[in-house]
Amino acid sequence: MTTTNLSPLVALDVLRPPRARQIRLGAADTAALTRREFLIWLRNPSFIFFTIIQPVMFVLLFRYVFGGAIHVPVPGGYVDFLMPGIIAQSAAFASFATAISLARQLQKGVIDRFRAMPMARSAVLLGRLIADTLRLVVTLLVLLGVGYAVGFRFRNGALPALLMMLLGIALGVAICTISAYVGLAIKDEESVSSFGLVWLFPLSFVSSAFVTVQSMPGWLQAFAKNQPVTIVIDEMRALALGGPLALHGWQSAVWLAGIVAVFVPLAVRAYRRAT
Amino acid sequence: MDSRLQPSTPGIDGPHPGAPPGDERADRALGTRRRSQEWNGPAIYVEDVHKSFGEVQALRGIDLVVERGKVLGVLGPNGAGKTTAVKILTTLLRPDRGRALVEGRDVARSPAAVREIIGLAGQSTAIQEELTGRENLDIMGRLYHLDPVTRRRRADELLDRFDLHDAADRPTKGYSGGMQRRLDLALSLVARPRVVFLDEPTTGLDPRSRLAMWDVIREMVASGTTLLLTTQYLDEADALANEIVVIDRGTVIAAGTSQELKNRIGGDIVEFVVVERGRRAEAVEAVRGLSPVEPLVDADTARVGLRVGADGSQALVETVRRLDALGIHTEGLGIRRPSLDDVFLSLTGHGAEADEEGKQAASRHHDRGGRSRGRDRRAT
Repeated sequence: MTTTNLSPLVALDVLRPPRARQIRLGAADTAALTRREFLIWLRNPSFIFFTIIQPVMFVLLFRYVFGGAIHVPVPGGYVDFLMPGIIAQSAAFASFATAISLARQLQKGVIDRFRAMPMARSAVLLGRLIADTLRLVVTLLVLLGVGYAVGFRFRNGALPALLMMLLGIALGVAICTISAYVGLAIKDEESVSSFGLVWLFPLSFVSSAFVTVQSMPGWLQAFAKNQPVTIVIDEMRALALGGPLALHGWQSAVWLAGIVAVFVPLAVRAYRRAT
Repeated sequence: MDSRLQPSTPGIDGPHPGAPPGDERADRALGTRRRSQEWNGPAIYVEDVHKSFGEVQALRGIDLVVERGKVLGVLGPNGAGKTTAVKILTTLLRPDRGRALVEGRDVARSPAAVREIIGLAGQSTAIQEELTGRENLDIMGRLYHLDPVTRRRRADELLDRFDLHDAADRPTKGYSGGMQRRLDLALSLVARPRVVFLDEPTTGLDPRSRLAMWDVIREMVASGTTLLLTTQYLDEADALANEIVVIDRGTVIAAGTSQELKNRIGGDIVEFVVVERGRRAEAVEAVRGLSPVEPLVDADTARVGLRVGADGSQALVETVRRLDALGIHTEGLGIRRPSLDDVFLSLTGHGAEADEEGKQAASRHHDRGGRSRGRDRRAT
């Protein structure tokens, strides 16, 4: 080390670029990272398995193996009952990849490297979320196709059908924000993959996704009936098959907005702190 | 400067002072306009920086100065605070106290401006293993807002330079450790940073990849980039750095050129183990005069170490002669260069073992135990 005189050095004043330019560059960063995540997904057979093949297998399993033994009060039979549920369940589960991949990137230091680059701070999380949403759309469309092939039909018109799909996607995005927080808070890929499902399992299975809540024991019903996934699924079912929309509609909206409002700031904070 | 490939343009690490056009272009690409102030101070300036994590004081007042175009080697064991220092300089952590400037930009006050001119590589990796080398470079180019033509040209340049052209279109999953490190360094150079931080760039690499890594680092430095390099290996700092700072437990305990540090350690070391333990004292007595300092004796292993200054081979011959004359049998008689442990022993009186502050790092350290060279645990 040179022993230069350590007299006060005055730091340069740096002007921040104008706001509009920052936003434009931030959007470019987000697009670059979205593209990156999507490329990764396309290259990774196990990701494709989990996001496409596994949900399809679930549809076939419940349609043909368990379905015959499950009786539901729906005119179109079990397949009509099943599809809105399985679309919601798959949307919730798809978010698991978010947690795993954030934890992995954190562990490998990818996120540190991004944070040492001149890019928008929000781009990493936003890019991730957009890529995951796009992936989810693909998954849900494939599921819907398979559902149609095995006998499912929308019984309530085109607009409610579209709304049902959008609600499924909204559920997936909301759960993604929880996953993002879990992944960033746990920071360890292995822990995330072993414990990361602990909250996701009851949330998606102890619901009205595959069976009616009434078929569960009373103590479980209390949870199943009032948890957000059931509420969203009931609304999706009403949209797909017909039925009262209002109550579950606004409950769904409140739940999803609430989840996003709580977990986005938590995830952002965890992202800022994680290093 | 990559004159082979781009004779007329600045090379791989172009925009350093004296290459204003490239610099301006980079600034425009990065979306900043700054006052046309000139910074004439050092490339890296760190003054009394402190950083604690809860109870643990990772840095307890560090001062560093690196002039432009120079290489500073930051040498220290795991848990010494090297990575914390790099994280502060690369804006990943905020200092609790003190000041750190990179090319005149305050890391705490203008982190965005710092990020525009730095590159970081080393322990972390920016590589996405599903993607090819070229795709990884392309993404970096996009994130630095380079246009498609520049991105492609830059990727080609770097792939050539880092000897990765043949593997460019293969997924990086299949790259060797050395190739991954080279690609990772290339990723950090996409935007031609003026100041590069390498955090233990060769840790865990086999000796050949390590030398290849040294080569690319030397080329990068030759083109004028300022480099701060952390390492646990004295020979690495020796091979690459103009000046070396030794840090331990969050403070700078020594600084100087590699020669100055070696002189403090006392140059080469002649070592041997006395087969008949009973004759150890006799052996030590015989060779005592060869070293300006008292021979080091490890009671457990009966290993004797002699600091013999610069003329190691002469001292080795003399050691053999004297021991042979007395008929003392030895094992593992040889000469070696001072290791990090020796630096630490002579500077602090304790070895370069990770202490409690480096618990997490200690597990990594353990993993590499087999590869660490010339390290004898004579401490304690």
